[in-house]
Amino acid sequence: MKDALQSAQARFLAQATERIPPPAFVELRREATAAFTDRGLPTMKQEEWRHTNIAHLAGIEWAALHEPLAPPRSAIEDVATPIFACGLEVFIDGHHHPELHGSPGASEVETLGSTPAPPALLGRLADAKAHPFVALNGALACDGARVRVHGDDPRAVHLVFAQGSEDAASHPRVVIDAERGSRGTIILDHVSLAGARHFANSVVEVEIAEEASLDLVILQRAGGTSFHVGHVAGRVERNGRLRTHTISLGGRFVRNDLEVVLAGEGAECTMNGLYLGLGEGLIDNHTWVDHAVPHCTSRELYKGVLTGSARGVFRGRVVVRPDAQKSEATQSNPNLLLSDGAEIDTKPQLEIYANDVKCSHGAAIGRLDPESLFYLRSRGIGEDEARGLLTRGFAAEVLSALPEPSLAEAMSAVFLEKLEATGQRT
Amino acid sequence: MTMLEIENLHATAGDAEILKGIDLTIRPGEIHAIMGPNGSGKSTLAGVLSGRAAFEVTKGSILYQGKNLQELDPEQRAREGIFLAFQYPVEIPGVTNNYFLKASLNAIRTHRGEEELDAMDFLSVVKEKMKIVEMPKDLMGRSINEGFSGGEKKRNEVLQMLLLEPKLMVLDETDSGLDIDALRVVATGVNHLRSPERSMLVITHYQRLLDYIVPDVVHVLSEGRIVRSGGRELALELEEKGYGWIEEAGA
Repeated sequence: MKDALQSAQARFLAQATERIPPPAFVELRREATAAFTDRGLPTMKQEEWRHTNIAHLAGIEWAALHEPLAPPRSAIEDVATPIFACGLEVFIDGHHHPELHGSPGASEVETLGSTPAPPALLGRLADAKAHPFVALNGALACDGARVRVHGDDPRAVHLVFAQGSEDAASHPRVVIDAERGSRGTIILDHVSLAGARHFANSVVEVEIAEEASLDLVILQRAGGTSFHVGHVAGRVERNGRLRTHTISLGGRFVRNDLEVVLAGEGAECTMNGLYLGLGEGLIDNHTWVDHAVPHCTSRELYKGVLTGSARGVFRGRVVVRPDAQKSEATQSNPNLLLSDGAEIDTKPQLEIYANDVKCSHGAAIGRLDPESLFYLRSRGIGEDEARGLLTRGFAAEVLSALPEPSLAEAMSAVFLEKLEATGQRT
Repeated sequence: MTMLEIENLHATAGDAEILKGIDLTIRPGEIHAIMGPNGSGKSTLAGVLSGRAAFEVTKGSILYQGKNLQELDPEQRAREGIFLAFQYPVEIPGVTNNYFLKASLNAIRTHRGEEELDAMDFLSVVKEKMKIVEMPKDLMGRSINEGFSGGEKKRNEVLQMLLLEPKLMVLDETDSGLDIDALRVVATGVNHLRSPERSMLVITHYQRLLDYIVPDVVHVLSEGRIVRSGGRELALELEEKGYGWIEEAGA
């Protein structure tokens, strides 16, 4: 395995020297390339990767595309429905598609590929030295978006990351500044145009200023042949509020890292997640919330549905620093296994160094309730439909918390469609 | 044709034999009550009729409108017109009552060769039925039975019955946990469905329910067998003397 990882590392590093990056990325690339050269790709000997083998991902020769496809708007609308036209920006295989965008809302969206100077936040929250895929992203990123949320913007910013070409890799980068007192919604939507095999390795850095409130939605619905690694690093200042919604529906290999530092008193973070593992897919969610100061609240609910021979991994780390008195942290990770071949490794990890705190956590692994199934069938509903209804019912708690009702409805439909398409029975 | 014909029915739950030879014939339009002490096999009989997997029929036969019931899955039984009103209706989070009732009605309509109802048509049908059971509107938008009171759950069962218009209704201790007002509402709903083509099997521990849903025949179940059958006065007699009297007489 080590050899495979080293050759993959060498291939990626070669790509980093092929072209000079856009101005905003010059400094980031220099630092990240050094970190990636130093650390390379992770093996299962590393604690953070203990359950997740990247050999398959590393064995594929991913291409860096410089001239991506230019699909028509209708092709994007088909796969990224519902479209939030107002703050729409589309990236194809990692490159901004200038012809497909919406009218500007109160939030400002700039594309990083054409920005003359790096935004201050770029590279500040996501640590390339600690995270190999953050380093890889930094070494190869050449486009992405910077969003500044001001005021109270009810219109969602919709950033679509569409994969088009077979075996293409993309490394999109997003930085989000939710400015003081602002309210907003940002949707990062990973989709596939043609069902081609691809690798998306995205990094998002998000800073919530004092009194600001942001819903950050990360959708992964690119399909069964997608490889997806996503890292979100957030920081919430005094009385700020960050709500993340990480929805991963299928995929061959999905790894999400979410790290949030509650850095100012009264900061709040809600982390919602739903993952659907299908076929031979792997879906791994690592979350980390850091209560760095007193009087902060974190709430975490990640729900998993696994079928076929899919594997899920959940690791939820909560750290409460010695001074962070009056912290409140809850964490819950219920999982539904729909087949005998499906598996889940779930592990809460609470590290509490303060004494006056309220913390709770729970993980559960179960199957569909036979009495509920019988109840639906006794009303004439067929067994497959009844299973689908109960499974979607299980997921509803997370989906109904999505910030836009039309999005919740659409994702609920996608969830059921993906579940039915692969066959949910053992 | 008879509605239901049960002959020498034996059924087990795990290793235990619960039903030990039941004979029962119900004709269209008839209401039969089954009374009996706890553990006599009342709920097992309801479970066997509705197709619960926990029970196994080891001997005997059940014909429903001439068809062998044991060959039908629970959903097929429902589509053919059997309805079990649950003693403990199940709470199902995340699925709205509205969605559930529409899916259920449409599954049954499709089976009958009728067109599915769209959301608007369904709404007008369900509204009318909700009035009969005095069901608060907001219960339709909530998850199935989740957070419903005992009375609301039973009303929801009767609402389903009114929507699906079954031919054979099995009421499994529908009166348990109901106050007198809720009982009256539930009984009104059930009586709405009385017709010469429909039959009911009312399972109850107490005769109170039978003041509202008046049966044609009362059977007493004890230790897995019907030990007495008679008119509705039998229920009153039981109320007065208790079940001890039957058990002694049966022994």
